[in-house]
Amino acid sequence: MKDQLKPGKLKSVSYAKWGYIFIIPFFVVYIGFTLIPQFLTLYNSLFENYRVGLNQIGPNYVGLENYKALFTAQSDGTILILKYTANTMIMWLMGAVPQFVIALLLAVFFTSARLNIKGQGFFKTVIYMPNLIMAAAFSMLIFTLFSKVGPIQLFLEQQGIIDHSFDFFAYRISVRSMVAFMNFLMWFGNTTIVLMAGIMGIDQSIFESATIDGANAWKVFFRITLPLLMPIFVYCLITAMIGGIQMFDVPQVLTKGNGLPNETTRTLVMYLNGYLGGKNYGMAGAISVIIFIMTGVLGGVVYKMLSAQYKEKTSAPKYHRKLQRGKEA
Amino acid sequence: MNDNTKGRIQLIFLRVVVYSILVFLSLLCIFFFYLMVVNATRSNAELAKGFTLIPSGNFFTNLKNAWNDSSINIPRGMLNSLIIALATAVLTTYFSALTAYGVHVYDFKGKKLVFTFIMAIMMIPAQVSALGFVQLMNKLHLNNSFIPLIIPGIAAPVVFFYMKQYMESVLPLDVINAARVDGSSEFRTFNTIVLPMIKPAIAVQMIFSFVSSWNNYFVPALLLDKAELKTVPIMIAQLRSADYSKFDMGKVYMFILLAILPVLITYIILSKSIIKGVTSGSVKG
Repeated sequence: MKDQLKPGKLKSVSYAKWGYIFIIPFFVVYIGFTLIPQFLTLYNSLFENYRVGLNQIGPNYVGLENYKALFTAQSDGTILILKYTANTMIMWLMGAVPQFVIALLLAVFFTSARLNIKGQGFFKTVIYMPNLIMAAAFSMLIFTLFSKVGPIQLFLEQQGIIDHSFDFFAYRISVRSMVAFMNFLMWFGNTTIVLMAGIMGIDQSIFESATIDGANAWKVFFRITLPLLMPIFVYCLITAMIGGIQMFDVPQVLTKGNGLPNETTRTLVMYLNGYLGGKNYGMAGAISVIIFIMTGVLGGVVYKMLSAQYKEKTSAPKYHRKLQRGKEA
Repeated sequence: MNDNTKGRIQLIFLRVVVYSILVFLSLLCIFFFYLMVVNATRSNAELAKGFTLIPSGNFFTNLKNAWNDSSINIPRGMLNSLIIALATAVLTTYFSALTAYGVHVYDFKGKKLVFTFIMAIMMIPAQVSALGFVQLMNKLHLNNSFIPLIIPGIAAPVVFFYMKQYMESVLPLDVINAARVDGSSEFRTFNTIVLPMIKPAIAVQMIFSFVSSWNNYFVPALLLDKAELKTVPIMIAQLRSADYSKFDMGKVYMFILLAILPVLITYIILSKSIIKGVTSGSVKG
């Protein structure tokens, strides 16, 4: 209306209201489906609210009792939430260490002008593929292959390496290795591609002058590539860690939700899922808040790094892909 | 001269090592899925005999058995997953672009705060609000409905961030001003001028959100308990809980193959643009 009255002053017309209108759907949905549930979760953590058989207990306000219960030792002296946090971090590390070492190595190979690797498109396509595979299905596949009636057990039996009483799922190290291996396989390709983009974002003339000055490949890697890549590397590492805290699909399906053997592969989110399924909302709420704090601290670091990068507006590569996939690890 | 030959031999040696590593890792990525496809072509009796890398002839028998299974209704699951994933992909990309456009183009009070807020919530995982989410949906009688699996896609901070960065690199404000001079309404400008300009970003994000919705297991498993509404990942987990040793194993491999097939096919066709999407958000030019 206004701009029809004063066509000459088009530029001074305020379109601000359209900014608000366009961001309304996002915020309405965010508040309704995420923010309110988040507060409800926090609220629930302050109540006792569970079932014993057919009897519903609560909801009664209990203050921080659920948190206290969470950190109370069992009769055998273990504090479950710490045990499951340790399980999660151990399995994450077992996968993340090879993931980052190999990704860094591959990223250097792919970007090396001297090596001049052919068929990069093909290799990248293949190593990224597992990232898109449904984690539940991949886990089911690995389970089927390693199960008592699976081909791997059968093959090893036929070769006389193991006898029929052997069970891959009876050993902590083998189940944890399977989980770590799957996480590694699903993520190293993604990390490779992101780190590669990071290396390519470094000013190429730095490499040239270093080579002219007589620096060998090792020196170039440790003195130039690695330090300049560090922000992106740390960023990847932290987002991967946030993904690691959320580890669920793979161990859940692999161990039928039991954390076989003897709960040594039960993760934090599996713990949460158990209480959610059992409708113990008080405890589920408390665990959610703990996970929120853990991811929140790491997320804060990510936020700082992102906004610093955003302010610089460098041509450094962007990392959203990793971000988006992080939540499914 | 001597140095030169030495360097060349070194380089050849290095290349052999590097290519070997690459081939090994590629085989590792393919091996289990190849084994799955091979096993999906073998009958239960053949599978019991042992391990082979040579396909057999029972692919269609297994497909028929899996497709018509009475306890796991995989065609229904695939249809459910497809509906949810497609709807999520469309809503996520459209509204993320709309939100990013709102923040990118318009100057309004609190714009900075809005941007900061969305960046800050980016890393919060869905699991930490799952409890309240499930409670709320139960209260609204929206459990056993696809709505809580589709609508939240409208608020996707990561996709928003991607779109915002993409717009910064490809969307000149002059174009929008020109459209205004021509009398185009703000909304129409977005739909008919801006959306086509950011098509590559939309396409990439549609693929990614389709895939993550198709693979999503945690929240749907908490909400859907009616058999006819279950999605593929829930059915796969159900398969794990069943007494698998009594199962026709050829059928089990076929179920797993069907679960990942749509994504696999999409990937094979579109891998180039997917890899490009991973590489950079600000595709320049």
